[in-house]
Amino acid sequence: MIPLWMYLAVAAGLFSIGVFGVLARRNAVAVLMSVELMLNAVNINLVAFWRYSETGSGLLSGYAFTAFVLIIAAAEAAVGLAIIISVYRNRRSVIPEEADTLKG
Amino acid sequence: MELNAVTIGFVVFTVLTLGGGIGVVTTRNLFQGTIWLMMSLFGVAGYMVLLSAPFLAAVQVLVYIGAIAILITFAVMLTRSVTRIRERYIRTLPSLIAALVLFLILIAGVTLPVFGGQSPGTAPVIVATTTDFGKALVDGNGYVVPFMLASLLLTAAMIGAIFIARDEDV
Repeated sequence: MIPLWMYLAVAAGLFSIGVFGVLARRNAVAVLMSVELMLNAVNINLVAFWRYSETGSGLLSGYAFTAFVLIIAAAEAAVGLAIIISVYRNRRSVIPEEADTLKG
Repeated sequence: MELNAVTIGFVVFTVLTLGGGIGVVTTRNLFQGTIWLMMSLFGVAGYMVLLSAPFLAAVQVLVYIGAIAILITFAVMLTRSVTRIRERYIRTLPSLIAALVLFLILIAGVTLPVFGGQSPGTAPVIVATTTDFGKALVDGNGYVVPFMLASLLLTAAMIGAIFIARDEDV
């Protein structure tokens, strides 16, 4: 049996890779892909804690939370990509720094 | 930790997940990036099988690899003419340092027993099944309100995505 901390360590690695992608990538689509990596790291954590919980996984909180994170991720990807395509149509750019019309 | 199917599967899925993740943030060609993303998401689905949640693994493959990765592929192709951005990164060094510091803090948090109690090495016997989850989703004491809110949210997101992405003059 794999101990719990190994799942958490992999999730920590995946989350850190996602953080680097969000902070450093220039292309907005790549930033969105890195956000998906971070959401997946959180999902690994939730399922692992559910599986190893003292109540013998009888409570379905972690399981249900993972399902709802999946739903939120689907909504986030749809709206995020629509915004990227809209910005691209108006400004011919997918670089987040160049979408600065609202900057004071 | 003896060598058995679970251990081999864990190693394979770790390579898929972390390798795919590194591919996503380092590749120059974004189309290849979506392939790396699919690989990483597949590794995560494998973890869910190892953690005895086969329904979540199936949903992961359907929603993430089947829908979100395809959606991202479309976005990459629709914004094709500017994917030849010469620099991949901005703020490379500060971002790398921030990600590394976060990783070290998280690793310390999960391996050292700083928050009391060592993490369990073995999981208890599984008692919940997909049937239980299905019942909990429509149970008044379970998740019926979040379930309905999720359907509302998906409808709102779909209408919003169509409204934002459509042409101005249609």
